[in-house]
Amino acid sequence: MSTLEIKDLHVSVDTEQGAKQILRGVNLVIKQGETHAIMGPNGSGKSTLAYAIAGHPKYHVTSGSILLDGEEMTTLSVDARARAGLFLAMQYPVEIPGVTVTNFLRTAKTAIDGSAPPIRTWIKDVKSSMTALRMDSTFAERNVNEGFSGGEKKRNEILQLELLKPKFAVLDETDSGLDVDALKIVSEGVNRAKSNTDLGVLLITHYNRILRYITPDFVHVFVAGQVAESGGPELAVQLENEGYDEYVKASAAAAAAIASAEAADAASGVAAVAAGSPAVNA
Amino acid sequence: MTSPASTNTTAPESESVSAAAAAAFATPPATSGGHRGAPVGSKSHTDGAWQEIPVQTRSERFTSANVGDFDEPSGHEIEWKLTPIKLVADLISGDLDGTVVEPTAEAVDGYSLSWVSRTDERVSSAGLPEEKASANAWSAFDKALAIDVTGETPTEFIVKRSGLGSDTARAAHTVITAEPNSRGLVILENSGDARITENVEIVVREGAHLTVVSVQEWNDSAVHLASHFAQVGRDASLRHIVVSLGGSVVRVNPSIHLSGQGSNTEAYGLYFADSGQHLEQRVYIDHEAENSRSRVKYKGALQGEGAHSVWVGDVLIRQSANGTDSYEENRNLVLSEGTRADSIPNLEIETGNILGAGHASSTGRFDDEQLFYLQSRGISEEEARRLVVRGFLAEIIQQIGSEAVEERLSRAVEAELMIAAAGAAPAAASDAIADDTDATVTA
Repeated sequence: MSTLEIKDLHVSVDTEQGAKQILRGVNLVIKQGETHAIMGPNGSGKSTLAYAIAGHPKYHVTSGSILLDGEEMTTLSVDARARAGLFLAMQYPVEIPGVTVTNFLRTAKTAIDGSAPPIRTWIKDVKSSMTALRMDSTFAERNVNEGFSGGEKKRNEILQLELLKPKFAVLDETDSGLDVDALKIVSEGVNRAKSNTDLGVLLITHYNRILRYITPDFVHVFVAGQVAESGGPELAVQLENEGYDEYVKASAAAAAAIASAEAADAASGVAAVAAGSPAVNA
Repeated sequence: MTSPASTNTTAPESESVSAAAAAAFATPPATSGGHRGAPVGSKSHTDGAWQEIPVQTRSERFTSANVGDFDEPSGHEIEWKLTPIKLVADLISGDLDGTVVEPTAEAVDGYSLSWVSRTDERVSSAGLPEEKASANAWSAFDKALAIDVTGETPTEFIVKRSGLGSDTARAAHTVITAEPNSRGLVILENSGDARITENVEIVVREGAHLTVVSVQEWNDSAVHLASHFAQVGRDASLRHIVVSLGGSVVRVNPSIHLSGQGSNTEAYGLYFADSGQHLEQRVYIDHEAENSRSRVKYKGALQGEGAHSVWVGDVLIRQSANGTDSYEENRNLVLSEGTRADSIPNLEIETGNILGAGHASSTGRFDDEQLFYLQSRGISEEEARRLVVRGFLAEIIQQIGSEAVEERLSRAVEAELMIAAAGAAPAAASDAIADDTDATVTA
């Protein structure tokens, strides 16, 4: 049984004005097989959490830990984290011209497993996952995400999730922009991965629409870069009825404190860059 | 003329001139071009710095087969200003060895190979030099290598040149002739040492479909200047592909004249400039006849300090070329700091009655978001770079039509990338230069 543990995570992001503090002490423990929904208003830092876990070079962990079965992830490269068992389904998957889906999937699978997948079973697996996600077989020969519709891109993310079989997946607003049919198809894919590989899921969403199809074990309300409240699935229902206002107001005092802290951070952020922070992305 | 490129990747900047819009610029008859006429110039007529008003229209450039008709270039001339001429001065105006060097070629049905004299009717059938290095070669070659394509079933013919030596400045001349309705694929493979300036004439007679591929995999110190002249006849088609990977200074300039009604050309190019390499290609598409069609696509990768590529794409749509359909584009992928990519598309339109004419040029650095996406799937940074660059250049390699050569060149491109991984640091901000578009309409 694997565990993904996020401890007192502080993350800043590069902006044109310098480093900006986004996450201010996030604590979460996700066990394999569990589904945790992270809900919160825009700008609360949900996507920052997703990118920080995956290791995007624009996001800098200033303190805290991301531990996968006790192993520190924050010092690993992006690809090493993926090979350790982390997966990020992206909100805006990028196009990779000239690289076909087939070639990409095989290369990724080989990298994750450390050896090329046996060709016969691999082709069968790809085909059956594509069929289940209602992806036309011509997808395989198209270039990754090139000319894909929004829904096709999201299905392509879930296809990778099913085939690469990570231990933990972060779904960054996978539901955004999907019509109800596509939402069902994508959700079924996530549920298949959960039952097939005992996947642990960190499901980031703005709306609880997707929670009708993917049942969370825990719901966390994310406000101003922190978990403001945690509960069971009933919390999502409450959020649907009442919105985030209460939490935003409740943290108004905190927000003021944060604002002043931000000013201090900005100053120290500049100092950190000047000191030659190695992860600064040109 | 140059401006700093966006540091983002390939946001295409394209423009097209619709037939209707171009009609507004319809012009009175222009003086006809002299590219096949007898040399009429004198020294004072040479294009470039010696004239008060430089020649603007490509068709009016001075042409001559005689090296003495050209002034010594200063480096400011339009055709030389982006070339390191000091490194090729001997090829431009020095004494050249014009003796024949036997190529290696396995006999294939439908192709014949022979050495012919300067007075053979095939010589001067496709064009004449527009600059001094080309004229120097033309003046100096002893015999021309004639490749005749007569077969009507598609096969491939590979002509290999290697070991031309680095001490002797050489001249060479090749004439490739595709007989009416023939089908052919001629691959010119260059490797080893060389200091050479040469001309390649290509005549595609009516109804013929010919592919000519020139592959430059020279040694690091090699210097190679080449002018290709092509005439494409009625309903004939020429696919022309330039692949430049190796060499110190490599400049291959194809001029393709669509002289027959319904003629068609596709001009492709692939280059991979490493540290200190200068790879240049100046493409000229001359739409002379009605209903002619052209597509130009050159793609290049640059990495390492001092890697320099030049692409100039001139398209001329003459008054006589009603119904022209033309598009040209150049894409550069910058993989490290310290590189320079010059990209200059030029479009001249003398008739408004065309189907379309457009161009696009972009120079961008390796996309960090693509890298992140691939890495987030477990793929290492080196492998991710290889995937993206291979994908970027595969589009050109796939046009060749010879499985064995495509496979070999794919591996050669990967080998270039391995050099990159070993040498250069990951891409940061680059000095990529993208020359902006100059679209001119001649009056």
